[in-house]
Amino acid sequence: MTDLTDLSLIEAANALRAGEISALSLTQACLDRIASLDPCLHAFLAVTPDLALAQARSADERLTDWRRSPDADLSLLCGLPIAVKDVLCLRDVPTTAGSRILEGFRPPYTATSVQRLIDAGVVILGKTNTDEFAMGSSTENSAYGPTHNPWDLSRVPGGSSGGPAAAVAAGLSFAALGTDTGGSVRQPAAFCGVTGLKTSYGRVSRYGLIAYGSSLDTVGCLARSAADLAPVFTAMAGHDPLDSTSMPDPVPPTDLGGTDLHGLRIGVPEEYFIAGMQPEVEAAVRQAIEGFRSLGAEIRTIGLPHTDLALPVYYLIAPAEASANLARYDGVRYGPRLGGNALWEQYAATRGSLFGAEVKRRIMLGTYALSAGYYDAYYSQAQKVRTLIKGDFEAAFEQVDLIACPVTPSTAFPLGAHADDPLSMYLEDVFTLPANLAGIPGIAFPVGFDARGLPIGMQLNAPHLGEAALLRACHAYQSATDWHKERPHL
Amino acid sequence: MALTLDEVRHIAHLARLQLTPEEENRYLEQLSAILDHAARLAQVDTTAVPPTATVLPLQAPLRPDEPRPGLSPERILANAPASEEGMFRIPPVFDEGS
Repeated sequence: MTDLTDLSLIEAANALRAGEISALSLTQACLDRIASLDPCLHAFLAVTPDLALAQARSADERLTDWRRSPDADLSLLCGLPIAVKDVLCLRDVPTTAGSRILEGFRPPYTATSVQRLIDAGVVILGKTNTDEFAMGSSTENSAYGPTHNPWDLSRVPGGSSGGPAAAVAAGLSFAALGTDTGGSVRQPAAFCGVTGLKTSYGRVSRYGLIAYGSSLDTVGCLARSAADLAPVFTAMAGHDPLDSTSMPDPVPPTDLGGTDLHGLRIGVPEEYFIAGMQPEVEAAVRQAIEGFRSLGAEIRTIGLPHTDLALPVYYLIAPAEASANLARYDGVRYGPRLGGNALWEQYAATRGSLFGAEVKRRIMLGTYALSAGYYDAYYSQAQKVRTLIKGDFEAAFEQVDLIACPVTPSTAFPLGAHADDPLSMYLEDVFTLPANLAGIPGIAFPVGFDARGLPIGMQLNAPHLGEAALLRACHAYQSATDWHKERPHL
Repeated sequence: MALTLDEVRHIAHLARLQLTPEEENRYLEQLSAILDHAARLAQVDTTAVPPTATVLPLQAPLRPDEPRPGLSPERILANAPASEEGMFRIPPVFDEGS
């Protein structure tokens, strides 16, 4: 008998609608698998079985009603169990952002992106692990312990959405919500062999997302394929009056199309194939690009000349924005507080002890870059170079429709590999940062495995609001290949 | 770009972060290395390049000034480590000596 958790999201959705399985049985299958595998994966920080089973029963009622009058609208997502990265607020459920400074925090409201999925009828299995305040590329910065890569437990799942990526890869949930500020959906998707969508800035509401870098943060999703991602994206995207940076543009359901990509122009930036990349990663990405050519796409070489400036620009802008966003964690309104005879002491003691090292490092970097005497040389200059990086993409998209490139310089590294060298960890993000600086969407998907059996991912980027084109191109590739169907042996 | 220990202490004070001496030294080294890497931005010619504060073409959207219900004080205070009579309770702003 097929394990229900082996089904794809679309297969499960169709089976639910046909009445072949119930949301309750699907949910119970996920909860059982979580109980069995999560002790060694640590993808989840909080599992919500009571909530999940109640939502499943309610979904089953909606499905029964719908089968009686199938002309009525019912989201494809009704009854599907998903996981949510622990930087997105879910009312009254512990939300930690992977930090001790929010230990015990129960949000008084739910993030719009999550609420829209709940309204569509999804089942929330729980909150998944994240690097603290989404700062990191390995989920090792979580104050609650790292998540392990389902393909090799001694290795990282990537970050900061390591929990969501591992949950999907291990079949613990059918999809997961993540966030991507510098690569945090795409990189873990690549390391865990799943498909991850970074949305355009402004496409999905940030209301209820615990802020890290407000001009960079995006809410995205991870699943086993572009076909599985499409309905999740459509359900959560779109204008939200509660987010003043939310784009008013409508989000029509994605027509995924077939495997014929004639007429599609894909640009390949040579700046992304750097010395020091793992040779198998480069080979797999180049082979996948040939795969797109054989589906009819025209492949052109393009230039993105300011690519190598993305890392210093990001590591000035993001920490600067974070230093402002994290000023609110002061032990007054939420979270634990540490003593002090006076308020300033309470602030310093609470923040000094309850923030982790990477968070403190970025707060200090940002504070310095914004401080008097240094603002122009660092922050202001970084914002100007950001304009040049964004300009590179705008010029490229006059020549091509999509851009194809690697996601990571290597496959998943061992836990602890970058422990003493934060800068070496930052270098993991070189291929993902530019898209965040430009605000454009990107999709990462599996294109092979290395000799150790670790997944290799590739990414496509599109112009702002171009998610449909990304999903279509990825779907075409996944209709012609089987990499995304591989499962870790757990 | 080598920071000094005084600068690290100053930044920590601005950011209200109490650091141990070991942390001060560690951040001194690590922040200096990161800022060294960032120094290459200084060589980029950005004359006449406007800064990007937001990638969006949006201006701050407005809505009609109509009152609408918000979160109740009870819900907001539920997460506070210390509260009293509908207020957040904090230690004195200044200690006895100031």
